[in-house]
Amino acid sequence: MVMMMLKGNEATAYAAKVAKVQVIPAYPITPSTLFPEKVSELISNGEMKAEFIPVESEHSALSAAIGAAATGARTMTATASQGLALMHEVLFIASGMRLPIVMAIGNRALSAPVNIWAEQQDTIAQRDSGWLQFYAENNQEALDLSLIAFRVAEDKRVLLPAMMGMDAFVLTHTMEPVDVPDESLVEKYLGPPEQKYPTLNPSQPSTFGAFVFPEHYMEFRYSQFVAMEHSKKVIDEAFEEFKNIFGREYRKVSGFMNEDADILLISMGSMTGTAREAIRKLREKGEKVGLIKLSVFRPFPKEELVEITKNARIVAVVDRNISIGFAGAIFTELVASYNNIEKKPKILNFILGLGGRDIRVEDYIEIYNRAKEAENRGVKEIQWINVDEDAVYEVEGPL
Amino acid sequence: MKITRGVVITEPGSTALEETGSWRTFKPVIKYEKCIRCMICWNYCPEPAIEKQPGENYPVANPKLVKMEIPVINYRYCKGCGICVNECPTKAIDFVREEK
Amino acid sequence: MFEIRFHGRGGQGAVTAANILATAAFYEGNDVQSFPFFGVERRGAPVEAYTRIDNKKIDIKMYIYNPDAVVVLDTSLMKDLDVTRGLKKGGYLILNTQKKPSDFNYKDFKVAVVDATEVAVEFGLGSKSSPIVNTAILGAYSKAVGNVKIDSISKAIRDSAPAKAEENANAAYESYKRTVLGW
Repeated sequence: MVMMMLKGNEATAYAAKVAKVQVIPAYPITPSTLFPEKVSELISNGEMKAEFIPVESEHSALSAAIGAAATGARTMTATASQGLALMHEVLFIASGMRLPIVMAIGNRALSAPVNIWAEQQDTIAQRDSGWLQFYAENNQEALDLSLIAFRVAEDKRVLLPAMMGMDAFVLTHTMEPVDVPDESLVEKYLGPPEQKYPTLNPSQPSTFGAFVFPEHYMEFRYSQFVAMEHSKKVIDEAFEEFKNIFGREYRKVSGFMNEDADILLISMGSMTGTAREAIRKLREKGEKVGLIKLSVFRPFPKEELVEITKNARIVAVVDRNISIGFAGAIFTELVASYNNIEKKPKILNFILGLGGRDIRVEDYIEIYNRAKEAENRGVKEIQWINVDEDAVYEVEGPL
Repeated sequence: MKITRGVVITEPGSTALEETGSWRTFKPVIKYEKCIRCMICWNYCPEPAIEKQPGENYPVANPKLVKMEIPVINYRYCKGCGICVNECPTKAIDFVREEK
Repeated sequence: MFEIRFHGRGGQGAVTAANILATAAFYEGNDVQSFPFFGVERRGAPVEAYTRIDNKKIDIKMYIYNPDAVVVLDTSLMKDLDVTRGLKKGGYLILNTQKKPSDFNYKDFKVAVVDATEVAVEFGLGSKSSPIVNTAILGAYSKAVGNVKIDSISKAIRDSAPAKAEENANAAYESYKRTVLGW
């Protein structure tokens, strides 16, 4: 292992290096551009042996990744926001073809208005695409979860592509000390990149991505559904093995000061550390509050989330995304996870940090205070934090 | 803050409100007695912050040029990139450090 | 936790300065973070960058609102910008200027000055039109604040400079010597 000062994009580039990724097709987009830059640099320095394919669009980047993965090559790419949106149709092709591609995403808001800053809407909007989704809190996690993503994606029980999300700028452009593991240990963890599925091979011709009639299509989709369900166990195994080899512990759902908490906050991504600081401050004042961190969004860890939140009185879900017309994604899915369960906490949704609006300790304290109000009286189920509601009132009228 | 539906900006010319002159560290200063009024600086200025003005009242390198227009730098917008300094064929533009 | 804000212009190397300071503090056993003011990069436009240093793990990921020290790479920014915004009382204000500390009227802050532009030009860093003063100003930071040693800064410069590593490291030492403290 070697400690290096790395930005989030560099951490995922080093993940590609130590995982001995063989093919990297990529098209640059803010805030992801440093990934292809760093990978190109590592390849040209001779530190990394991989084929870098510069392409003409994100659509082509993922198409090339599909071609590469279909030959059995370990394949990685990176994008963000509009780039991921442009990949939309290709995402389904990758998951439908069951190719274990890993993609690092610099989570960024979607236009319009044009905005290059942090928001998780880009990956959340692709939650139905059949890809696994991991979310990093810091640059160490960005590197580690990229490796874990390969391990899970390539597992024969899964064979699904995976996204690893890290918030734009807050991680992609922030430099932190990162432990870059030895390639030999990573090889022990991932195994050599070998063909674990039928591949493009001239000596054994095969057809990929074939046409399927209604009488068979559903079975292929059900097959993906089953594989994603299987991935839940595989992810736990991958986390356990990661801890054994590298010493760092991951869980799909992890708690902080949550054991005796009346009010629980749920957070995912780079703002989780800031939330922990807020929890510490509130605990110092004697408030019984705790935090639940989500590291995996697909498959949605509903069993673990219900188990860890069921004894709280109020659960305040923090979403850095919004499905216009309903609510934030984590909130929606947590509420759905409680379907058919009698005893449940009151669940509230707080939308914040869209388009890179800074998420501060005091924003979490505000969320806690509003959640606490709900103990005694009815409050709005979905609340926006740190937003100028009056300015919107001028244009749209009252809500 | 005032917002509009669909992010429409209905007042034209708002970019001109940003006076990029504050970005400067070094300031180009034209020495008109060396300027041959070729307008290469005007052509190259990316902002553009160099304007053409009547040249009768300026010092002149050659009396034959007196009726030609001269380049004048608008310091409200000049970012101090130094391209004009670099391009001037007669080295008639000095680049002076500013401490504001 | 010690928080530093850098003010500069696009191209002067404020972001790199924040990264080098973080790296140097990391060499001394601290947890660190450095990041730019997130946004579009334009040569000459005002930019900010930040460094956090702590002897325990840094959890928070938010902007710095109340820095303990402010480093100004280009004092021409001070005309339009309050560089002391949020600076804690008794905090450090480190300026790249030809002036003396007493020329500045800040009674709440400790002012340190160095002509980092002159040092950068002397060591051939950047061009005359846009000298790169980031490594030189870090020498002044070390002298003024003292929580990151000049030797660590010079090691961080040597380890990360893509070119002129020696000149950059020496510029930091030189401005360390020339820094004038106003307290």
